[in-house]
Amino acid sequence: MDLVQLQRQLVEYRTSLYHEGFLDEQFTQLQELQDENNPDFVVEVVSLFFEDSERLLNELTKALEQQSIDFKRVDAHVHQLKGSSSSIGAQRVQKVCIAFRNYCEEQNVEGCLKCLQQVRHEYSLVKTKLESMFQLEQQILSAGGSIPM
Amino acid sequence: MKYQYISDFFIALAYFSIPLELIYFVKKSAVFPYRWVLVQFGAFIVLCGATHLINLWTFTMHSRTVAMVMTTAKVFTAAVSCITALMLVHIIPDLLSVKTRELFLKNKAAELDREMGLIRTQEETGRHVRMLTHEIRSTLDRHTILKTTLVELGRTLALEECALWMPTRTGLELQLSYTLRQQNPVGYTVPIHHPMINQVFSSSHAIKISPNCPVARIRPAGKYMPGEVVAVRVPLLHLSNFQINDWPELSTKRYALMVLMLPSDSARQWHVHELELVEVVADQVAVALSHAAILEESMRARDLLMEQNVALDLARREAETAIRARNDFLAVMNHEMRTPMHAIIALSSLLQETELTPEQRLMVETILKSSNLLATLINDVLDLSRLEDGSLQLDLGTFNLYALFREVLNLIKPIASVKKLHVSLNLAPDLPEYAVGDEKRLMQTILNVVGNAVKFSKDGSILISAFVAKAELLRDPRTPEFFPVPGDNHFYLRVQVKDSGIGVSSQDIPKLFTKFAQIQSTAIRNSGGSGLGLAICKRFVNLMEGHIWIESEGLGKGCTAIFMVKLGIPERLNDSKLALMPKVPPNHGPTAFPGLKVLVMDENGVSRMVTKGLLVHLGCDVTMVSSSEECLRVVSHEHKVVFMDVCVPGMDGYEIAIRIQEKFTKRHERPIIVALTGNTDKATKEKFMRVGMDGLILKPVSLDKMRSVLSDLLEHRVLFEAI
Repeated sequence: MDLVQLQRQLVEYRTSLYHEGFLDEQFTQLQELQDENNPDFVVEVVSLFFEDSERLLNELTKALEQQSIDFKRVDAHVHQLKGSSSSIGAQRVQKVCIAFRNYCEEQNVEGCLKCLQQVRHEYSLVKTKLESMFQLEQQILSAGGSIPM
Repeated sequence: MKYQYISDFFIALAYFSIPLELIYFVKKSAVFPYRWVLVQFGAFIVLCGATHLINLWTFTMHSRTVAMVMTTAKVFTAAVSCITALMLVHIIPDLLSVKTRELFLKNKAAELDREMGLIRTQEETGRHVRMLTHEIRSTLDRHTILKTTLVELGRTLALEECALWMPTRTGLELQLSYTLRQQNPVGYTVPIHHPMINQVFSSSHAIKISPNCPVARIRPAGKYMPGEVVAVRVPLLHLSNFQINDWPELSTKRYALMVLMLPSDSARQWHVHELELVEVVADQVAVALSHAAILEESMRARDLLMEQNVALDLARREAETAIRARNDFLAVMNHEMRTPMHAIIALSSLLQETELTPEQRLMVETILKSSNLLATLINDVLDLSRLEDGSLQLDLGTFNLYALFREVLNLIKPIASVKKLHVSLNLAPDLPEYAVGDEKRLMQTILNVVGNAVKFSKDGSILISAFVAKAELLRDPRTPEFFPVPGDNHFYLRVQVKDSGIGVSSQDIPKLFTKFAQIQSTAIRNSGGSGLGLAICKRFVNLMEGHIWIESEGLGKGCTAIFMVKLGIPERLNDSKLALMPKVPPNHGPTAFPGLKVLVMDENGVSRMVTKGLLVHLGCDVTMVSSSEECLRVVSHEHKVVFMDVCVPGMDGYEIAIRIQEKFTKRHERPIIVALTGNTDKATKEKFMRVGMDGLILKPVSLDKMRSVLSDLLEHRVLFEAI
């Protein structure tokens, strides 16, 4: 595919992500922060998010498998996850986290487990989407073009 | 016949011996100019002798040869004698004149002898004078000078008596001060206005006076004929006449009188050279006396100076000790007094936070109020002493004038409303928004003035107005020494605070600005205060090259406090005192805060990175920490802002804020602490404010939001986002 088409594809894809609620303006802010001094800022932050989230999800799974669940701990992890996701603009993940926290407060094990599953799901979705977007960007860059805003 | 023979023979002998003798003696004497004449004379005589000798043979019949010889001899004799005679005509006048010359020379020699004698006398006199002068000048003591003079004069001139009459203090009499022969002169006095004395005084020569003159009658009347008396004046230089750059005026000269008497029974007369000697000596004495007087004076002055020096030195050392003592005292006071005060205030305010009964609360509040008052007092006194020292300097910086006034208003409003006073602020439209000056001290001044207005008003209203002083209003007739000069990069801020309180009476107005002076009315006494406030204000205002004064129409008629200070106009673009930036439009360049050192504390890695990205994009120098301990360790006075992500579950955020505040004792060194939170309730916000955070921002933070937040924070040091 030629450059122009690639770029168009990227823009469309991105718009759809916003549309579908996967990303919100926070992500736009992140993109604004990327400049010549910081060319890979977005990628770096997102990668960090991925790492952090995987770790947190594992922790959450472990914590919720316990006999006597330490809800405070669970809440702390969810809080972290919520913070991370809101920082990069992963809207859907953030929303689930909010619901998750409520269940934690109520000490509702069922609800927590359900939320955990949901979070997992949303997370993998957003991860895939972001990864494909980054791939597209790479393609454009290697074709010699520039990323459209 | 025989006798003729003998006579002729003897004549001839004589005739022959005379030239022999002549020749002999001439030979002996080397200087006889007329040798030739002598030879001629000799020849003449020899020939005459020969003639006479030959005559011996002519008495009898003689032969023709004899006759021939005789004739020849006679002819020669005749020739020589004639020549001699002719020569003698020339010579004899000369010889005679020799005699006259000799006489002449003798006279000359006699004259020279006389003159030699004279010169010798003069030289002797000169020697005497020199010796006298030397004697006189060799001492700088008055008495010695005068005594020596008299003694030497007496010796030189072989005087019978020599006396010195000095004028008395009143100047109307002459008192006998020194004499040569009499050991202790009796204190004779003679009135000064005696014609003879006047005559002597009016001439600079030694004058012969009659022995019957009162000044000459010092010896007991003897049976002898008193010798000649001479008197001469001795000019006295009066001490006060002697100025460094002036010559003493001749009209005010004072004279002493020196009287010299020759021995009474000699027929000696005063010779001219002796009189001259006396005059010279008199002058020398005058000079020597004046030298002695000057020396006395300068010695006295020097002693005086030395005394003064010693006294000054002592005073200086005492002053230095006093200053050192004061400085030590102040240093100790500063620390020692503030420490307990700090403890009292801190602990009382902490105590206020705890559970207290109403009485206890009241007590604690009173303690707090009193200790705050005391702290203010201490600060005032310490400030004032620093002000007095001149060691206080203004902290110049650019600040927002409008914000300053608003803050004053906010601070004063609570107290005013308690007293039911209405406070209004009127800022002139041409008042610049920003100014360069010492913000803290200007605020202190305004607060003090407004505080006074509130303190001394029971009801009514207080009007604060501020405007730029115009040139013609700058000059106040009451203070002619205050000359404000309008210029391009500064302006004069004029602030008026008018109240409707108890006012001040006109005689008390000057006392208002004196330290510790308080108006002695009970109403004012009761309202407390140290009396230092206005004095300090005045000092600050003076430091800001301004002027402060109070007008009041009298007791009960309120009063108006007016002050003018000089403030600078800030350069809009290049001011970087506190990284202050005017508000930048949204799409301004990314580096709005170049190099601003910021500390970001966030436990969440992702959001930490995002915050960092935001700040880096704005040009800040970001340090990241992920825990509170690390935050406390890393934070320094270089960091201007600390962004703290506070998770509500933990109390960490609050604690850290307190701990950071504790770490920095001076408020202006402390970084601005801003909380970043996703939490949105009011209680949290209040908690943050109480703990002492300077700002609160809600997450998520956009780039523009962060930019505006930073600029607001740096400008105001305070930003609490509306919730």
